Amino acid sequence: MKEGLRQSMAWVHTWSGLLVCWLLLLVFMGGTASYYKHEITFWMKPELHKAADAPSRVTPAESATLAVRELQQQAPKANAWFLDLPHERNPLIYASWTNPPKKGMSREERRAAFRTQNFTLDPMTGLRTTAPRDTRGGEFLYRLHFDLYYMSAIWGRWIVGIAAMCMLVAIISGVITHKRIFKDFFTFRPKKGQRSWLDAHNATAVLALPFHLMITYTGLVTLMFMYMPSPTKVLYGEKQNVMFSEVFPNAERVKPARQAAPLADIAPMLQQAERAWGQAPSRVVITNPNDANARVEMHRPAGQQLSNIEPTMIFDGASGALLSQATPPSTALAARAAIYGLHVAHFADTLLRALFFVCGLAGTAMVATGALLWGVKERQKYAKVIAKGGKVGFGVRLVDALNIGAIAGLPIAFAVYFWANRLLPVELAARSNAEANAFFIAWGAAAVLAQIRPTRAMWRFQLTLGAVLLAGIPLLNTLTTNTHLGVTLFGGPGLRPVAAFDIVVLLLGALLGWAAWWLGRKAKKQAAKQPAEVAQATKLEAA
Amino acid sequence: MTTLTWRYRGGVAARAVAAIGGGYVLTAIASALIAIALPLSRADAVTIATLLSFVVYTCVILWVFATASALRAWIGVLAASALLGGILWLTGRLS
Repeated sequence: MKEGLRQSMAWVHTWSGLLVCWLLLLVFMGGTASYYKHEITFWMKPELHKAADAPSRVTPAESATLAVRELQQQAPKANAWFLDLPHERNPLIYASWTNPPKKGMSREERRAAFRTQNFTLDPMTGLRTTAPRDTRGGEFLYRLHFDLYYMSAIWGRWIVGIAAMCMLVAIISGVITHKRIFKDFFTFRPKKGQRSWLDAHNATAVLALPFHLMITYTGLVTLMFMYMPSPTKVLYGEKQNVMFSEVFPNAERVKPARQAAPLADIAPMLQQAERAWGQAPSRVVITNPNDANARVEMHRPAGQQLSNIEPTMIFDGASGALLSQATPPSTALAARAAIYGLHVAHFADTLLRALFFVCGLAGTAMVATGALLWGVKERQKYAKVIAKGGKVGFGVRLVDALNIGAIAGLPIAFAVYFWANRLLPVELAARSNAEANAFFIAWGAAAVLAQIRPTRAMWRFQLTLGAVLLAGIPLLNTLTTNTHLGVTLFGGPGLRPVAAFDIVVLLLGALLGWAAWWLGRKAKKQAAKQPAEVAQATKLEAA
Repeated sequence: MTTLTWRYRGGVAARAVAAIGGGYVLTAIASALIAIALPLSRADAVTIATLLSFVVYTCVILWVFATASALRAWIGVLAASALLGGILWLTGRLS
């Protein structure tokens, strides 16, 4: 650190990156998958596939009417109804409701109750679909990437926030270290050991640099008032709630009048919103239904703006009259919403979403190659020791093992999560928890095995296992459901997400398989080249 | 393998504490000042100041590791915190 700026920045880059890289791999993989969390959830509920097969022929107003009719029978006394109407990324009608909280009900109990208060309608027939299996689907991966698991969400968010801050520091210091950032992007020297890893790290980092910088900063912004509370403290004192209500102006919650009044027909309200926006609302929230103070809130579907806060229109539920349109936010609040919106990318259409997904994969590769590079570099310091038959230091062994457990082990965990979704009995109690446990049991086993034997053979074993499990998912889907690739590829547009899921996991499996094959060929080549090197290689492996 | 001297290790540890802990305190004070200084509505000021805080924190951390010695890093972080903290105290918004 006594040397120049570039050297000290290289030091900061190395250590701030290495310290958190394994957690970042989890965050990156989970976050990348979250771009398709609706599609993943849909894939994980095969009971819904049949209903989505036929293209919906009902209008948004008709589907809302269907849902309201069903809700009137199921939950006329609820304090709020939530409708998700068929839309580009959602072929079905989803409805859920909350009941007035009973006295003495804990938060957990209320949440558990809410999970059972929902139904799905087939927009073709207006009838309820088969109840889907109990799974958290893509929501689990989404929550995992900032709440972690097996701990309170607050702890998880602080840990992920610290990792994100380290990442931000690593990115900026990495850029300063680079004198030839553009040249390096076009430089790739394959099969040159450390240099190739360096080039691969540079390429994946520089290629998607704007994305990495954006996703890290915007990630911190999503929870910024928690991470940095001092501006709130000086302007609002202890009244954090006041700040939240000013920064996130929501429609005011109206208390029920406790006076029965029939709910007005929802179709005209929906059509009014549709005329104003040029597209039908995708989400409708009805508070205090069948009360004189009923409110109907229409939300515009995402896709027209960066901001994650979509405009709403609020109607009086009893009379059907338009009450207000939310006022446009100030520039600063709009900027924050746009920054937040960039992170969650609700605005992205199919192609842009795919690009975000690929950038997320590049981020994963950047973290992975960076972690590997540290091991390769550090090992060179032991070259002489190894030649004499010695062992590498504790640090190198630990990092090697953690690398295997995270880079090769995490894909296994993701694959096992999807396998568990298909193989666990549908009637199993607390099934969604069992799926999550399967994820962590698989990851834990991979990480422990890697610590016991951090060798090249272990790399190959885990990469191959991940490849087989991921690439096997389409086959698993064929054996356990009626909506396999042979059906989904030729079915209606509603089944496209299922087909795309199968194809993407197949491709990712092939990618892992290629990595395993490449490692094996490398080992063979070394064996053929020089017996002396073999001895060294085996020692390397044994080390 | 070159072994690192304890002096070097101590320097790194001192800088790490100055960057992570000292940097956070300095950033918290600086963002609070920015929030007060911005001639905007409360909601806008708190949003902009909090948005900027992560940029400030990053710069402080990098400076702590870039400057010539751990001692300088500590003096810099403490002096800046004391100065900005003093101004913040004078504004009378600390409760």
